[in-house]
Amino acid sequence: MSEIIRARDLVKRYGTFTAVDGISFSVRAGECFGFLGPNGAGKTTTIRMITCVSPVTAGELTVAGMDVRREPRRIKAVLGVVPQDNNLDPDLSVRQNLRVYGRYFDLPPRLVDERIDESLALFQLSDRQNDRIASLSSGMQRRLIIARGLINAPKILVLDEPTTGLDPQARHLVWQKLRYLRSQGVTMPITTHYMEEAAHLCDRIVIIHQGKIITEGTPVELVERFAGRQVVEVHVGEDERGPLLDRLAAVEGLTVEEVEDIIYVYVRAENGFDAVALKLDTAKVVYRQANLEDVFLRLTGRGLQE
Amino acid sequence: MTAIAAGRFGLRRPDVSRRALRVWQRNLDVYLRLWKSEVIWPLVEPLVTLFALGVGLGGLVDLENGQPYIEFIAPGLLAVWPMWSASAECGWGSFFRMENQRTFDAIVATPVSIEDVITGEILWGATRALISTAYILVVISAWGLVESPLAVLVLPMAVLPGIMFASISLSYTSVAWSISSLNYFFAVFITPMFWLAGVFFPIERLPEWAQQVAWWLPATHAVEVYRALTSGNLEWSHLGDVAWMLVVGAFFYMVAVLSMRRRLVK
Repeated sequence: MSEIIRARDLVKRYGTFTAVDGISFSVRAGECFGFLGPNGAGKTTTIRMITCVSPVTAGELTVAGMDVRREPRRIKAVLGVVPQDNNLDPDLSVRQNLRVYGRYFDLPPRLVDERIDESLALFQLSDRQNDRIASLSSGMQRRLIIARGLINAPKILVLDEPTTGLDPQARHLVWQKLRYLRSQGVTMPITTHYMEEAAHLCDRIVIIHQGKIITEGTPVELVERFAGRQVVEVHVGEDERGPLLDRLAAVEGLTVEEVEDIIYVYVRAENGFDAVALKLDTAKVVYRQANLEDVFLRLTGRGLQE
Repeated sequence: MTAIAAGRFGLRRPDVSRRALRVWQRNLDVYLRLWKSEVIWPLVEPLVTLFALGVGLGGLVDLENGQPYIEFIAPGLLAVWPMWSASAECGWGSFFRMENQRTFDAIVATPVSIEDVITGEILWGATRALISTAYILVVISAWGLVESPLAVLVLPMAVLPGIMFASISLSYTSVAWSISSLNYFFAVFITPMFWLAGVFFPIERLPEWAQQVAWWLPATHAVEVYRALTSGNLEWSHLGDVAWMLVVGAFFYMVAVLSMRRRLVK
């Protein structure tokens, strides 16, 4: 598969603050590529450089084979952008929002109207096309923003936290639409801090922390590599903690991590739960499958990121 | 090397294209949707002013040349009400679009550049001024306050002060930190121009120092030119007024582009 976005030693500095600190990655055509990281990690800054709205400080960044420094207009012509904040035109109707946006790309009005009809149907907004934006639910507004990002039939749809603030139903509907778009061959770089979202959508992910990429892989690989198969969460009181840790240390194939009042036991072995169960009696215990959130928290720390 | 050094200070060549018109069109679309609430102010206020000052106050005023007072203020209003339209559009209007609605962010994600956005905003501000000028011109003509057919030239002429006031206003907006901080601009700059640019009395009535200040005000020159066009008393000196507006307009257009780019491109 060909590389459609390629970054080499990409750096972004604001004054003395380095938001993106020499990252390299490549996004292949047709894949959904996730940028994960805590708030302030540099995800949105990276996205802003890809979409040519934030100048690159140093390094190399090409999108669809073009240099972001040299050809921002031509790059933006083949990009769709779904921003984090709602920036629909509140004074215009649903349909007018799309029509006005199509004009920014200098597309023929008839083509835009055809695409609007298709997209309104796809995003289940056809019967709301003459309504004001304020009358739409936040889920509908999100869907409209995605529809707007598709008005130029982009090769690449850039999504910056596409489901932040949505309720579970609305979120699942958005995911369904995004999976459909991926099946249609649209390349989707996406930032998120919902691990479930990344697991649902992304073919590959990078985890960014303090401006650097700390790991890269498919969601399944990363879970296996950093969290194993299963996780046991043990809620235990102060006095029982020491003896319990001693007992766990004696078992092979476990990684044990203490965080505040919880002990996390990452289990790699097949029969891991049995091995741990033998050692635990009084404490409150949760047995579950390992997931991306475990990976994320292990790699970026459990401290509050502010 | 020089280009890179210049780039550091935001002095790259402005990347303006015809896509600025797309931004202008977006503002027109919103205007056409909201026109009922948008037109009421510029529709009513000039009428009230003409009536109150022209008819009411005018009865107490004897001008040296015997001209009726309402006839004296009419061409001035033709200049300063559109000044308000353009300034308000590129002041409160642009600030609201930029900061509250994030419209600029949405637009620059497309092949439209930030310079196109700034240019489109200014063209739209000038258009609001033009609409206002056309309306007032119709009103004062119907009122019988226009002596010369040259007055039709006010319409093409109005584009220039429109662009000038829109650019000045957007330059201030580019450094405004909140929507209420725009009050400084309107209180300290626009309102004094409204009263002191020779609309309501000849500038010669002011003390010498104030006359000199008034000469520097951009609105003064618009009033001069409009007064000449509506009365038919054009002189070569009015080319100077036009040149002054061209210089001020071009200067503030550049200021608006550079300063806005500085604010928005990060």
